[in-house]
Amino acid sequence: MSQYSVRPGPEAFLPPAAASMGNVLPDPGQAHINGRIVPEEEAFAHGARVFLSAKVPTIFPGPLVLWAWNEKAKRKATAIKHLYDTMKECAPKGATPMLIPMPDYRPKYPKINPEVEINPNHPNLTIWHNKIDACIFVGVHCHQANLSLKIIRGGTNCYTMAMCAQAGHEDACLSFRDLTVEKIMHFAEWVKKLKGSVEFNSIAQYTNGART
Amino acid sequence: MSKERIQICPEFFDIMPPEYQDLVTNATWGKEGRGWKDVGVNKELIEQHSLCAGCPESMAFRYILASLPAPEDTVMVGSTGCTSLVFPHVGVHNIHSLFGNQNAIASGLKRALMVRFPDRVKDVVVLAGDGATVDIGLDYTLQSWFRQEKFTTICFDNELYANTGGQESGLMQKGFVAKMAPVGKKFDKVRLPEIAKESGCHYIVNCTVSKPSLVEKVVRNAVLIAREIGPTYLQLYTPCILEIGKNSMEGLQEMRDSEKPGERFAYKEFMSDEAKAFLADLAEKDKAKKASAKEALAQA
Repeated sequence: MSQYSVRPGPEAFLPPAAASMGNVLPDPGQAHINGRIVPEEEAFAHGARVFLSAKVPTIFPGPLVLWAWNEKAKRKATAIKHLYDTMKECAPKGATPMLIPMPDYRPKYPKINPEVEINPNHPNLTIWHNKIDACIFVGVHCHQANLSLKIIRGGTNCYTMAMCAQAGHEDACLSFRDLTVEKIMHFAEWVKKLKGSVEFNSIAQYTNGART
Repeated sequence: MSKERIQICPEFFDIMPPEYQDLVTNATWGKEGRGWKDVGVNKELIEQHSLCAGCPESMAFRYILASLPAPEDTVMVGSTGCTSLVFPHVGVHNIHSLFGNQNAIASGLKRALMVRFPDRVKDVVVLAGDGATVDIGLDYTLQSWFRQEKFTTICFDNELYANTGGQESGLMQKGFVAKMAPVGKKFDKVRLPEIAKESGCHYIVNCTVSKPSLVEKVVRNAVLIAREIGPTYLQLYTPCILEIGKNSMEGLQEMRDSEKPGERFAYKEFMSDEAKAFLADLAEKDKAKKASAKEALAQA
C-alpha cells in the first residue's frame, strides 16, 4: 500500500504524480482522502467540512458542464449551481465562495484574467490571485484535471477536490468518482447539514499534518 | 448544423468570460453563406494570435476560418510550424500532429468521424506549412491523395522554414538565399500543384491570400468538393516577412507582386470533371434558391 499522502502544497516545482507513488483509485462506492481509500459518505462529510472551514471555497466547473452538450450536461450544470448557492447560503461570515469557470483548455496568451477564469495550463494564477484555499473541480476532462491538480499542489497551498465522472483522481487531495447529478445534490445536502458546525478559517486542521 | 450546437448552460452564462459569451451569441455558427465579410462584424473564430506583427499567415487564418462552410462540424489538423502557434487560439476543433504526418492523421480522423457520425457531415481540413507538406510529410501527403481521402489539404507556402530561422525548403524558389541557407537554393521550387493533379486531387489552387474574396471562394470550393468527391489541395503564399527582409506593412505588397501574371503565385486552378460538374450543380441550386427568395420577396 502506498505511503504517499496527497496534501496541499506548495510541494515542489514538480510534485510526483500520485499514481507513480503507488496511490490507487477508489472502487465504486468509495472515494479517497489524501490518497486513503474511504467510504464515499466519509468523503462527502470531509469535503463539506473543508468547504465550510475555508476562506475562499471555490467551484471550478469545466467544459463538460459549462457547455450545453446534451441534457445530462445541462442537468449537472443546474446541480452545480445549486451546490454553489448552498455554499453561499451556508458559508460562515467572512467566507467568500466563488464559482470560476474553466471554459476550455487552450493556453491563453498573453495572459488569462484570473479574476474570471481558470486555465489548466497555469491554474495557480487563479488560485493565487483570488487567494483560494479550497477548490473542487467538476466537469473537467481527466487528463486536464490531473495536470491542473498537480500544478496546484506544486505551487499553492490550496486543498483540491475532484468530482470525477469516471474513476476519480489520485492527484486531488480528495476525490469522488462516478459523478452524477444526485451525488452533486447529495454533497450540497452535506454542506447544508454541517452548516454552523465547523469553525471558520479552520481549514488547516483538515489539511495539515505530517505525511504518513 | 446550427448555432444551437454551441451553447453555454444557462446557469453559467453570466460567469463565462465575455469572449465566450460573444462567441455563442455573435459568431457565425450555422450561418449560410458565411465568409470574409463577417470579419470585424461578427465574432471571429480567431482574434488574438501569437504570430509576428503584419504576418500574412494571420490574414490567411482569419479568411480561412471565416470561410469554412461548417466550422462547428469541422476538425482542423495542424503540424509543427508557425501555424502550431496559432491553433491554440482558434475556436474550431483542432489536432496537432507530429511534424509531417498531418495527412495520415487526417485520413484516420475523417474515416473515424464517418463511422462515429454517420448521419452528420464532418469536414476535415489539414493546414500545415511547406516543410510539413512538401518536405518532411510529402510521403503522407501524397499517399492520402493516392487513396482519395476526402479532406482538404491547405499548405501555407512561405518558401522556407520560417519558424526555425530560415532554412531551405523544397518550396523555396531557386537561387534564394536565406539566413540559414547562405549558399542559395540550387534546384527549382517543387511543383506540388502539378504533382497533386497527377496524384488524384480534384481541386487544386495556387494563389496568394491578398484577396479575401478569392480565398473565401477557393476554401469553400475545396471543402465542399472534398466532402463529396475526393482530396483537394490549396497552396497559399503566406510570405514570412521576417525571413525575406520585409517590414510588417509590406506583406500585402509582397503577395501582390508575387501574383502578377508569369510570377510563381499567379492564380492557377485545376478542377477534375467531377468537381466541375459538382460546382456547376451547386451554382445552379444557388441560383434557383436566390430566384425563389426574390420571388417570395416580391409576393410579400
